[in-house]
Amino acid sequence: MNQHSDKTSRTSEFRPTATWDILVRRAELLSQLRSFFDQHGFLEVETPLISTDTIVDRHLDPIEICSEDGFRSPTDSRPRLWLQTSPESAMKRLLASGATAIYQVCKAFRLRERGNLHNPEFTLVEWYRRDDRMDDGIEFLSTLADTLLNRGPAEKLSYQAAFLKYANVDPLKTNVEQLQAQCTKLGISIPAQLDCELDDWLELLLTEVVQPRLGQQTPVILYNFPASQAALANVCELDRRVARRFELFIDGMELANGYEELRDADELERRMEMANRQRIADQKQSLPGAEKLLAAMQDNLPPCTGVALGWDRIVMLATGCTRIDQVVSFPWERA
Amino acid sequence: MATYNTSDFRKGLKVQLDGEPYLMIEMNFVKPGKGNAFYKCKLRNLIRGGVIDRTYKGGDSLESADIEEIQTQFLYRQADVWVFMDNNTYEQYELSNEQVDEAWKYLKEEMPCQMMLYNSLPITMTPPNQVELAVEYCEPGAKGNTATNVTKPVKVETGAEFLCPAFIDIGNVVKIDTRTGEYVERVRT
Repeated sequence: MNQHSDKTSRTSEFRPTATWDILVRRAELLSQLRSFFDQHGFLEVETPLISTDTIVDRHLDPIEICSEDGFRSPTDSRPRLWLQTSPESAMKRLLASGATAIYQVCKAFRLRERGNLHNPEFTLVEWYRRDDRMDDGIEFLSTLADTLLNRGPAEKLSYQAAFLKYANVDPLKTNVEQLQAQCTKLGISIPAQLDCELDDWLELLLTEVVQPRLGQQTPVILYNFPASQAALANVCELDRRVARRFELFIDGMELANGYEELRDADELERRMEMANRQRIADQKQSLPGAEKLLAAMQDNLPPCTGVALGWDRIVMLATGCTRIDQVVSFPWERA
Repeated sequence: MATYNTSDFRKGLKVQLDGEPYLMIEMNFVKPGKGNAFYKCKLRNLIRGGVIDRTYKGGDSLESADIEEIQTQFLYRQADVWVFMDNNTYEQYELSNEQVDEAWKYLKEEMPCQMMLYNSLPITMTPPNQVELAVEYCEPGAKGNTATNVTKPVKVETGAEFLCPAFIDIGNVVKIDTRTGEYVERVRT
C-alpha cells in the first residue's frame, strides 16, 4: 500500500458511523429516560464495569481483562477480572444493602456478539425495584417503552401462547424431533447435522418464526419463559414448567429482558454450575461465578423485579434506523 | 484443510458443503439475548451458481473450500473441449461446454480469461468484461443511419450473434459487454 492510500483509509476510519442528528436525538432520549425514572422515584447509580464476579450464562461470553502489569501467568493467584455482561451483580448488592428503586445507564460487553443488532460493547439501561412482582415489572416496562417510543401500551402474551399462535407448537409439551420437524416445515434451512438441544430449537423458532411477528402493531411483552430458560428468574410456583421471566419486543426486535428475581443463593449456584458444565461441553471456558452476588443473596436480597433494556435498540426504533452502527458513535471496528 | 468456526463467518468466505464449493454472499448474526447465537448465511454454489440459505448455530464450523483464481488465456477448442493455459505455469486446463456455458460467444484465441480452480481442477472461467469481435456476417449496413436504437442481428467471428446498430457492416469490429451481451460501440470499420 502506498502512502497516499494509507492516508485515505485513515481519514474515513476516525469518523462516527452515526450522523450528528441521530446523536442529538440519542441525547434527548437519554434525558427523557432520566426524567422518567426521576418521576417514578428511582435513584441513578453507578457501579464498576470491571469485576471479579461473572454471571455464568451458557451463551454469554464476558471479556477478561489482563492485570495492570500485562498478561497473567498460569500461576498468578490474584483474582481474575472481567468486563461486565450486565450490571446485575453490583446492582443486586446495592439492593441487598438497602436500595429500594435504582437504575443505571452503563456499558456492557459481550464477546463476539456482532451483527446488525449487536455490538460487543453496548449500552444497557438496567433497573430494579423492591417488592415488585412480575406483573408490576411488566407494567412498568410497558409504560417506559410507551413514554420513550409512543407506540402504546404493550400486549401481554405468554411464551406458550406466542409459540402456539405463530409456530404451531406447544413449547411446554414438545420434544427435539417435533421441533426439528416444525423448523423444516416452516422453511428454516438448517444443516442436516445441526446438533441442537430442546432450548436451541426453541430459540431458533423464536428468532426465525415467532419474534419477527412480535410487536408489529403494538409492543409485545412475552412472559412465562420455559423454566429451562429461567436464567436468574424465579420459577413459577403454580406451574413449575415456567419461570417469571419476560421480554419486550417491538417491530420484531428484542428490546428488554426482565426477571422477578431469584433470591435463593443455593439455587443460583446450582444454575451457574449447570451453565458451566454446558459451557465446557460446548468447548468454552468455565467462568469463576459470582461470589459477591451469592453473598448478597444469602444475606438479604429483598423480593424485587429487575429489567435490562438495550438502549442502542431503543434509539434505533426512535429514529427508524435498522443497524446498530447508525446509532452509536464508534462501533467495534472503529473503537 | 482449514476450518472456519462461526465466529470467522463473513461475506466473501469460500466454504465446502456436501462436496461442493460455495461463496458466502451474505451473513447475518442473530441471537436472542440469553440464547444461542445463530448465523444466517446465503451461500452461492460456485459450480452451478444457485443460492441456498443455511442457518448455523454458534460453535458450528464449515470446511474451507480450496479455491484458486488464476489468469489464463484461451488456446483453442477441440470438439466439446475448450483448452486454456495458465499464464504463469503454462499448464493447460480443459473445460467442457457446460462449464464454459454462455462464455463461448466471446472466446477467441489468446483471449485473457480468469479461471477458478477447485481442488486444483477448473470449474468456471470468466472472459474480460468487454471484448472486441470482428463482424463476419450481417445484412448490409444502412449508410448514414447513425442511430443506435435501430438494431439488427450481427454474426461475429466466434459464431455468436449479437444485436448491433443498423450501420454495422461486415468487417467492422464491435465491442460487446460480456456481462450483459450488449453492444457497446464500434471499434473499427
